[in-house]
Amino acid sequence: MYLTARRDADQLNVTLLGEWRSQRFPDIEAELGGIDFSGARRMRISAGQAQLDLTGAWVLRDFLERARAAGLAVELDTPRPSTLALVERCQSGQPHPTHHIEWLDPAHAVEGLGRRAVLGLHQLTGGVSFLGRISVAGASALLQLRLRPVSVARHVYDTGVTAVPIVSLIAFLISVILAYMGAQQLGRFGANIFVVDLVTVGVLRELGVLLTAIIVAGRSGSAFAAELGAMQLNEEIDALSAIGVDPVEVLVVPRLVGLIIALPLLTLVADLIGLVGGGLLCHALLDMPLVQYLNRAQSAIASTTFWVGIVKAPVFACLIAICGCFCGMSVRGSSRELGRLTTLAVVQSIFFVILVDAVFAVVFMELDI
Amino acid sequence: MAALLEVQGVVNRFGAQVVHNGLDMQVHEGEVFGIIGGSGAGKSVLLRTILGLRRPNAGSVRFLGHELSAMSAAQLHALKASYGVTFQEGALFSSLNVSQNVQLPMLEHLRLSARALDELALVRVRLVGLPAEAASKYPAQLSGGMIKRAALARALAVDPVLLFLDEPTSGLDPISAAAFDDLVIYLRRELKLTVVMITHDLDTIFRTCSRVGVIVDGHMISDTLEGIVQNPHPWIQAYFHGERGSARGGGRGT
Repeated sequence: MYLTARRDADQLNVTLLGEWRSQRFPDIEAELGGIDFSGARRMRISAGQAQLDLTGAWVLRDFLERARAAGLAVELDTPRPSTLALVERCQSGQPHPTHHIEWLDPAHAVEGLGRRAVLGLHQLTGGVSFLGRISVAGASALLQLRLRPVSVARHVYDTGVTAVPIVSLIAFLISVILAYMGAQQLGRFGANIFVVDLVTVGVLRELGVLLTAIIVAGRSGSAFAAELGAMQLNEEIDALSAIGVDPVEVLVVPRLVGLIIALPLLTLVADLIGLVGGGLLCHALLDMPLVQYLNRAQSAIASTTFWVGIVKAPVFACLIAICGCFCGMSVRGSSRELGRLTTLAVVQSIFFVILVDAVFAVVFMELDI
Repeated sequence: MAALLEVQGVVNRFGAQVVHNGLDMQVHEGEVFGIIGGSGAGKSVLLRTILGLRRPNAGSVRFLGHELSAMSAAQLHALKASYGVTFQEGALFSSLNVSQNVQLPMLEHLRLSARALDELALVRVRLVGLPAEAASKYPAQLSGGMIKRAALARALAVDPVLLFLDEPTSGLDPISAAAFDDLVIYLRRELKLTVVMITHDLDTIFRTCSRVGVIVDGHMISDTLEGIVQNPHPWIQAYFHGERGSARGGGRGT
């Protein structure tokens, strides 16, 4: 019971009772909703015995407005609840907030399209200018021999050494899958021996480096974006600039250099494990002696096969590091941005890795390597 | 008068470092209780202990006689609707605008209609002295003073009886700080709040606090404002009668 309502001819007497607390909102609303205005012309409210908090006062004010809208003359007994005055003051001259759904508006859709286009353009120019900043910072660091070996070593460790187990596992499994598939298909032609060609050439030329790059993009591209993004939110990057240290030089260049060192080494590991996995499967599935596997592998692999794969690694490393760092440095304002840009960093770097891999494939084919 | 909040014999240790060594504190209904202490004296740790964010190594925290550590999850949840907290840096949710920030505790604790949520959030935003336009702004678009006010609006969202303010005026210019003090005084009077604030600001202490607790040597010395100013403890003397203290209101108590 939060109120009693008594009808006196055309006058409605409402007495508020008890504690009108925010937790009781639904009950109070229900009781107020049960009051029948029909036939009443005046309403008298005494709130002396009730305690109203802000929510309670808002409910009361809302009720009073409803009553006025229904044509009742409303009178409030003194003492008026003090919180009611607060709410009235806070709502005075304020239009009621209206709900309208923006995206249903065609103008909004056009505006959104325009925004996206401009944003895309900004991102493009931002990316190009970031590339320029990295080049300048990298070149000056190189010329002045300020390569920050400790920082670079840390990034080689973080992006390379700690990734060895997962990269090895994936390389092993992929070469096993490749050998298994090859054995199934080639076995029909009695060409089991070509499984070795398939595995060794496939792993060395393409899969070793590509899968490693994708794993590293997921691991380290996201880590770069998240680290730099959190530093950006925490104003640490502004602090570096204010101290007179170029954030690109101390944060981006060591990550870039670290990854350029780490990714080829990881690719080497992936290649080795991939060859071992292929050999083990050939041995187990095709009863091929390991010596024969090695002999066949030697004749299948041209002198360039390994280098064609490994040469792509530093390029992929650049793409991943630049995407990750650029997205991280672009974080502004909120933690949601951080999440969005970290996702973007991974998606973009994987996209660029695969795109550039395709370009490499075409170029190598034209060069007949 | 009943103690709204009672801290008894709280011990907090980090490894070998003892921050609180049997700290007692009582906050009564309707007062503004200021907590002061040197940097690293454990003011924020005390607040975290009271809020249940940190379990003390020993001792008890009681809200209206109910022991915090003995409460069930449902009781704790209900307790959280009875107090509001502002954090030092505001701790507004950066992906939500001010209005959504204020609505979040309401959504968690109250059953309100969408219209009531919107309007009540706006009432809080206006109540703390922010313009209505600020409601749709994101924390990154607000100035330091506005962030403090928005955080206060969020703390008031579910009509708490107890308000914890962690360094409410730090980082504000003296005029904004004084305005914030006035706001706290005004809200305390109008909404009959009990306020516990951690502060370093001597002006704030003299303008708003009715009682003050000083954390020294892991204990708390609490007294009325007049009493604490005359306390012979050397740190307290230095605090109120040091160069900065006596230049302001520090001499008032003597």
